[in-house]
Amino acid sequence: MDFLTLLQLLDTTVRLATPLLLACLAGLYSERAGIFDIGLEGKMLAAAFFSAAFAYSTGSVWLGLLAGVGVSLVLSGIHGLASITFRGNQLISGLAITMLAGGMTVLIAQDWFKQGGRTPQLVGAARFEPITLPFAESLQGVPFFGPLYYELISGHPILVYIAFALVPITWWVLFRTRFGLRLRAVGENPASVDTAGVSVVGLRYAAVMICGVLCGLAGAYLATALQAGFVKDMTAGRGYIALAALIFAKWRPWYALWATLLFGLFQALELRPDLIETVIGIKVQVQVLGALPYVLTVVILAGFVGKAIPPRAGGEPYVKER
Amino acid sequence: MEKMPHWADIVLIPLISLFLAAILSALVILAIGENPWAAFKLMVDGALMRSSGWGYTLYYATNFMFTGLAVAVAFHARMFNIGGEGQAMLGGLGVAYVCLFIPWPHWSLALIGASLGAAMFGALWALIPAYLQAKRGSHIVITTIMFNFIAAAVLNYFLVNVLRPPRSMDPATKTFPDATHLPSFRDMFSTAETIMFRGAPANVTFFIALAACVLVWFLIWRTKLGYEIRAFGHSESGAKYAGISPVRITVISMLISGALAGLMSVNTTMGESERLVLNSTEGAGFIGIAVALMGRSHPFGVFLAAILFGFLYQGGAELALWTNIPRELIVVIQALVILFTGALDNMVRMPLEKLFLALRKKGDA
Repeated sequence: MDFLTLLQLLDTTVRLATPLLLACLAGLYSERAGIFDIGLEGKMLAAAFFSAAFAYSTGSVWLGLLAGVGVSLVLSGIHGLASITFRGNQLISGLAITMLAGGMTVLIAQDWFKQGGRTPQLVGAARFEPITLPFAESLQGVPFFGPLYYELISGHPILVYIAFALVPITWWVLFRTRFGLRLRAVGENPASVDTAGVSVVGLRYAAVMICGVLCGLAGAYLATALQAGFVKDMTAGRGYIALAALIFAKWRPWYALWATLLFGLFQALELRPDLIETVIGIKVQVQVLGALPYVLTVVILAGFVGKAIPPRAGGEPYVKER
Repeated sequence: MEKMPHWADIVLIPLISLFLAAILSALVILAIGENPWAAFKLMVDGALMRSSGWGYTLYYATNFMFTGLAVAVAFHARMFNIGGEGQAMLGGLGVAYVCLFIPWPHWSLALIGASLGAAMFGALWALIPAYLQAKRGSHIVITTIMFNFIAAAVLNYFLVNVLRPPRSMDPATKTFPDATHLPSFRDMFSTAETIMFRGAPANVTFFIALAACVLVWFLIWRTKLGYEIRAFGHSESGAKYAGISPVRITVISMLISGALAGLMSVNTTMGESERLVLNSTEGAGFIGIAVALMGRSHPFGVFLAAILFGFLYQGGAELALWTNIPRELIVVIQALVILFTGALDNMVRMPLEKLFLALRKKGDA
């Protein structure tokens, strides 16, 4: 495998890891605040459809993005209502939201566009175009670093850079601000936060809403940047891979980056199974690569290699003592 | 003292939830520009007014009874088995192996063999998450989700690389031998003059599903093991104090749950397609969750809810055939039912409890 092929593989990895990273960080905020969210998939899917639909009809990808984030926020609101206000089962709520998105997107797509549950192809300003970073063209001749900069670092849509920037931002928010400390506390021991006079309900809603915004970005990226338009079930389990990555990362932002890049690499290799064969000389079944993120997550969850311990109050509705 | 009568808890709350889901679905149909009442009539006509419609309704209901019971048994032990889908996929693999590689003399023996195969494969697929939950404390919801995806990969591997007949492009096994053909409702109920259930896939597996409902009821409410499962579900520490082993109950109830989910594939694989195809489960594992929630985890409730969802599935197919309403409407209805009966349960329950308390105070005064 030559250098250029490697760069292309890594480039694909970055493009495929971006939606995983955004969804994983979304789940991170929510679960750190004690709200399990297995509805990441549904929120991404709904956002993917609405961003594509609005980008197509308005011709502006930014309005599309706004619509995607908006619908994701609505679903987050439902999840918050069910799991915070009405103290229902968070897992069932997440599942219902994923199903709701799966059905509604096709239903509305069929009603609006009549193309069998997809949106028309997005062109021009209705898509996020790749950005060529400064000097990428002119430095291309520099050995090693030139192609690295040109092929791998430059030439991605804006959402990719936003996703990667969100990693240090999330770390800073969670571990260096008062809001972050309270957010983490509310996921570990909500009673103590309540005793300190801070609203548990408010904090949890804030976390769920941040989760909604990030899922919206992830969905919009899928439909308007990675691909040009919405197709039925286009998230294809990415929400669950993000959930797996979140566990793999043990609910930490930097680890989330590495976990999603690793899972993105698996997805990239799934598209180029010939590459593995040339490098290690063994033919690896594509199904093995597809299942690997899940298998790794189960191994990590089982605690055989570095135990993953979730936030202690995760999944528990908070009831104030009377 | 209970806040409201028992009948309100098991009958009124599911009905109100269903009513809310129905209203929202009607609004969705209105928004698409169709008439909800006409759509409902079309669904009833297509699913319940002809014997072939019933043949489809009961075929779907058979699947949902199995997966609904699977979820219900796990619910009794306070576990959420979201992995019915994967367990059913593996169950299909069990059915395929039993039907393809054992020369059965008669369908009745083949049915027993295939049921055992399906139940065993499904139970084994639930064993690892159960063991990890019991021994290592890994959350069973997350592990069973992961196992759904791993099951899909395993099934894909077996169908593409192992069981696919040579020179076939289709990722499916070859057709099962004739001796394993299960009698369909048409074979069983048609007379010389009138043909009943024409073209419908409902088959003898329906009666196995009915038997499973009765057996699960007996297990949960009439046996020592069932008592232990319920005790464990009510209070883990209480059960421990009574000498009930949490590891044992967790593993056994998940094995039963997985076996029930696996049995579903006897209906789809052996009864309908007569070969194993890639997407034979078609999301029935998830519908089982809606069925169990709606049926309040009681086998009789599961039976009724499974018939209801069978009706919705067949009616939805009719809608897709005759109107502009896509089949996905059923997924929406299903999601709303899960949302209202599962997650937003308190939204329905709290006002109702207040109402009953107020009524009782009035009665006392």
